[in-house]
Amino acid sequence: MTPKLFTLLLEAALSTLGISLVSIAIGFVIAMLLSAALLSRKSIYILPARLFISFFRGVPLLVQLLLIYTLLPVIGINVPGIVAAIVGLSLCTAAYQAENLRGGFASVPRGLIEAADVAGFTGVHTFIRIRAPIALRLTFPALVNEAIMILKSSSLVSVVGIIEITKMAQDLASSTYQPIPIFASAALIYFVINSAIALLGRYAERSLKGASA
Amino acid sequence: MMFDPQVIIEKLPEIGSGLFVTLWLWIAGVLGGVVAGFIVATARRFGGKIVNAVLGTIVEVLRGTPFLIQIFLLYYGGPFVGLMLDPIPCGLIGLTVYSAAYYSEVFRAGYASVPVGHVEAAACLGMTRFQTISRIQVPEMALIVLPPAINLAVILLKESAVLSIITVPELTATVSAIGSQQYAFLEAIFVLAIVYWIIVELTDRLGRMAENRLSRLRFSKA
Repeated sequence: MTPKLFTLLLEAALSTLGISLVSIAIGFVIAMLLSAALLSRKSIYILPARLFISFFRGVPLLVQLLLIYTLLPVIGINVPGIVAAIVGLSLCTAAYQAENLRGGFASVPRGLIEAADVAGFTGVHTFIRIRAPIALRLTFPALVNEAIMILKSSSLVSVVGIIEITKMAQDLASSTYQPIPIFASAALIYFVINSAIALLGRYAERSLKGASA
Repeated sequence: MMFDPQVIIEKLPEIGSGLFVTLWLWIAGVLGGVVAGFIVATARRFGGKIVNAVLGTIVEVLRGTPFLIQIFLLYYGGPFVGLMLDPIPCGLIGLTVYSAAYYSEVFRAGYASVPVGHVEAAACLGMTRFQTISRIQVPEMALIVLPPAINLAVILLKESAVLSIITVPELTATVSAIGSQQYAFLEAIFVLAIVYWIIVELTDRLGRMAENRLSRLRFSKA
């Protein structure tokens, strides 16, 4: 294991980080839309949202990635592999985030929603200003966990040929014939990133608590 | 490209055998993980500081790194340290170790949920540690660990699809191979998704049923 090999892995880690961050952000937006749909009390919104969540939580991410990777060209959408990978990760994490947020939305006190209603807030306004911020604060630890899961799951995009830590490690392991040090280093990088996310999450959680007190 | 279910129907026996491998790997991995996870959690609780720290670190590393990397390390790295494993045993070991790490955390939370007073009461009555664990702590934590334990089982079923990458002949590997042989990749992946979806939904339902049953049990005794 030379420093040069390790540097290559670190460079690939930037790609892992980028893919994960973008997917988590897009996933969050979709999760909010799903949550709004679930809270809408209209079955034309609720049923598709439920189906979406159930499907993306019920099918292995690897299968989702393969599905998106084969489906997109068939329906005439030709995008680079990396876009397909991000779409796959985003849809998957959106379903999980929506499921996490559901618990948070359920525990927003009814009185607050009624108060907003009386104060003349529209439904959308109440959602953005009252329900979403409270639900977000309540489910923050679960969202940090989800970020860690996605970072780990992003290793699967190596299967569709995207260069990130895992793919780089695989290539290096087969070209240098030193799988143990290379895969162990890759594992170490993932572990360090995840520990950092967990640490940041706990820090943010504490300051959020301070804000609500 | 037309959607042609005929391709899939012709290959049903092969898909069935892939499904069989997935199911037994999954069940064995979960059962092995539950047993090993329980042992790890118990050792961490009663084994002293050093055991707790060492096992805790191993669990954190297993939980903080992708399953795929762990499998690669075992499958490609194993032979360098004299551990030549075929894909299936390698997959089974990998899945069991990975699930053990997660189940140990479930049981750790379970131990923490049992009131200290109950354990002290057991000690006052002269119960040995083994008796306290088997008659007080395990029955009391059973209800609390059931929902996360079932959730975890579902996650592991989906994680087992990753084993296709090291050529374990399970569902994902079998069906995508059929897809590329027959130039029917979309049909194959579609079937694959549906099959996993059904198993996950069924497991979820079963879990919820078991939970309802158990919670009635607790209320009737309380």
